[in-house]
Amino acid sequence: MSKYLTGRLLQTVPTVFLVTVAVFLMLHLTPGDPAEVFLGDKRSSPELLEKVREDMGLNRPLHVQYLSYMGNALRGDLGRSLQTNVPVMDQILNRLPWTIELAAAALMIAAFIGISVGIIAALYHNTIIDTLAMALALVGISMPVYWSSLLLILLFAVQLRILPAIGQGGIERLILPALALALVSAGSLARMVRSSMLEVLNQDFVLTARSKGISERLVVIRHVLRNALIPVVTILGLMLGNMLSGAVITETIFARLGIGQKYVEAVLQKDFTMVQGTTLFIALMYVFVNIVVDIVYAFIDPRIRYV
Amino acid sequence: MSDERVSPANLDYREARRWSRFLKRFLRSRNVMAGAVVLGAVITLVLLAAQISPYEPTQQFRRHRLQPPNAEFLLGTDNLGRDILTRILYGGRVSLQVGIVSVAIGATLGTLLGLIAGYIGGWTDVLIMRFIDMMLAFPGILLALVIIAVLGRNLQNVMIAVGLSSIPVYTRVVRGSTLSVKQFDFIIAAGALGASSGRIMARHILPNVLAPIIVVATNGVAGAIISGAALSFLGLGQQPPDPEWGLMLNEGRDYIRAAAWVTTYPGLAIMITVLSINLLGDGLRDILDPRLKL
Repeated sequence: MSKYLTGRLLQTVPTVFLVTVAVFLMLHLTPGDPAEVFLGDKRSSPELLEKVREDMGLNRPLHVQYLSYMGNALRGDLGRSLQTNVPVMDQILNRLPWTIELAAAALMIAAFIGISVGIIAALYHNTIIDTLAMALALVGISMPVYWSSLLLILLFAVQLRILPAIGQGGIERLILPALALALVSAGSLARMVRSSMLEVLNQDFVLTARSKGISERLVVIRHVLRNALIPVVTILGLMLGNMLSGAVITETIFARLGIGQKYVEAVLQKDFTMVQGTTLFIALMYVFVNIVVDIVYAFIDPRIRYV
Repeated sequence: MSDERVSPANLDYREARRWSRFLKRFLRSRNVMAGAVVLGAVITLVLLAAQISPYEPTQQFRRHRLQPPNAEFLLGTDNLGRDILTRILYGGRVSLQVGIVSVAIGATLGTLLGLIAGYIGGWTDVLIMRFIDMMLAFPGILLALVIIAVLGRNLQNVMIAVGLSSIPVYTRVVRGSTLSVKQFDFIIAAGALGASSGRIMARHILPNVLAPIIVVATNGVAGAIISGAALSFLGLGQQPPDPEWGLMLNEGRDYIRAAAWVTTYPGLAIMITVLSINLLGDGLRDILDPRLKL
C-alpha cells in the first residue's frame, strides 16, 4: 500500500509542475500586453505603460517571473484582477462555497439516480425495463447541460411556478441547477453501474451464493453490489471534474455567483490574471481530488497495485 | 477505413468476409440504423439549407417578432423577427462543422502522439504521457475555455480549442492499442526487414488500431458539437447575427417566459443530432470493439 501511495504521489509531481508552467505561460502566450489590458481604455502614455509593466514585473526574465509567480501562489497570492484590482484569491474564496454547494448537490443527485437506474436495469437485464432505463440514460448523456437547464426553468419556474429560476441561497434555488448538472453524469453513471453489475452477476461466486439458497435480495446486496460498485468510485473523481466545468454553464444560466460564472466573465473581459489564477486553482483542486479518489480506491479494493 | 479497402478489386477473400460481416451486423442493429437514418436526415437538411429554408438566416421581419409557430413561420420567429427554422438549418451547418473539424484536429494529433508514445516508448513515452496528464488536469470544457482565452474568441478558435482539448482521449486509446499490437510477430518482422519506424507505425500499426479510433471519434463528434455549442452559448464562439445552435439558445434565453419556442427548437436540434450520433457510436463500438468501455 505504501508503495502504491508513493508511486501515485510521485506521478503527480510532474503533472503539477507542467500545470503550473502551462498556466503561467498562458498570460505570456496571449496576444496583447497585460499592462495594456490593465490600463484599459485610458489612452496611456508610453511612460505610464512602462511603469505598469515594471510594477507587474513583466520586464524580468521569464523564469524569474515564473518563480516569483509560484512563490506568491504558494503563499496564497495569485495577483490582482486586471479589471477590478481585487486580489484574485479573495474572489475565488468568495465564490468557491457556491460552486462547491452546487457540485456536491449535483454529485449526490447524479449518484442517486445513476446508481439506482443502473442497478434496476441490470436486475431486469434484457427486459423492457432495461431497454427503457438505457434509453433514458442515452437521452441524459445526449442532453447538453445548457439545454436541460433551460428546459427545467421552463417547466418548474415558468409553467408550474414552484421553483425560482435564478439566484442562489436556500435549497429551492439549488434544486434546478443541481438537477441540470446531474443529468449528464447520471446517464453515464447508470450505464457504468449496469455493465459492472452484469459482469459481477455472471461470476461463479454469485452462482455459489445462490446455490447456498440465500435469498436473491441478499445475493444482490451482499455479494453483487459490493463488488459492482467498486469501479464506480474511480469515476466519481472524473465526475467532479465534469461538475466543476459544467458549473461554468449552469452558474451562468442560473445567475449563481460561483467560480464558473466568474470564470466566463473573466474570459469575456480578458481579465487574464483572474483567468490564470482561477485556472490554476481549479486544475490543482481537480488533481488533488483525483489523488484522493485513487487512494480511497486502493483501500477499498486490495487488488489494485501500483504498476 | 481507407479507400483501397472498400474497392472490391483489392479485397482478398478474408477481408471481404470481414466487411460483409460488419455490414450485416451494422444493418441488423436497430440502434445503429436508427442513428444512421436520423443523422443522415439531419445532414441532408442542413446541407440543403439554402434550397429548403423559406427565408434568409439574418432576414428580419420587424412586424413579426416573437411569433409562435404558424403556417408562415413553421417554428416561429425570434425577438428580431427572424425565422427560427431557417436559422436552425443554417446554424446546423456551423454546429456540424465544429463537430467534424474539431474531431479531425483532435483525432489526428492525438493518434499521432499515441502511436509515437506507444511504439517508441522510453523517455518519449514518459514525456508525451506527462504532457497528456497535464492536459487532463483541466477538466471538461475548462481546457477549451483556457485555449479560447489565449487565442481570442471566434468560431475558428472554438474548433481549435475543442479539437486540442480532445487530444488526450485519442492518445490514451491509441497508445494502449499500439502497445498490444507492437508485440505481434508481423511488426517484429517488418522491423527486421528494415522498415523505418515511421513506416511501421503508418502502414502496420495504424490500420490495426483504427477500430477504437473510429469508435472514439464517432462519439467525439457528439461531444464536440455539445462543447462547441456551449462555447457559442457563452458568447465565446459564433458571434451574432449569424446563426448557431448554442448562440440561438442564448439569444432566446431572455424570452423564455413569453416565447419558449425560441429556445426549445434549437435545443431540440442539438439533442436529436447528438442522440443520433451517440446511437451510431454505441452501435459501432458493439460491432467493432466490444471490449472498449468508455
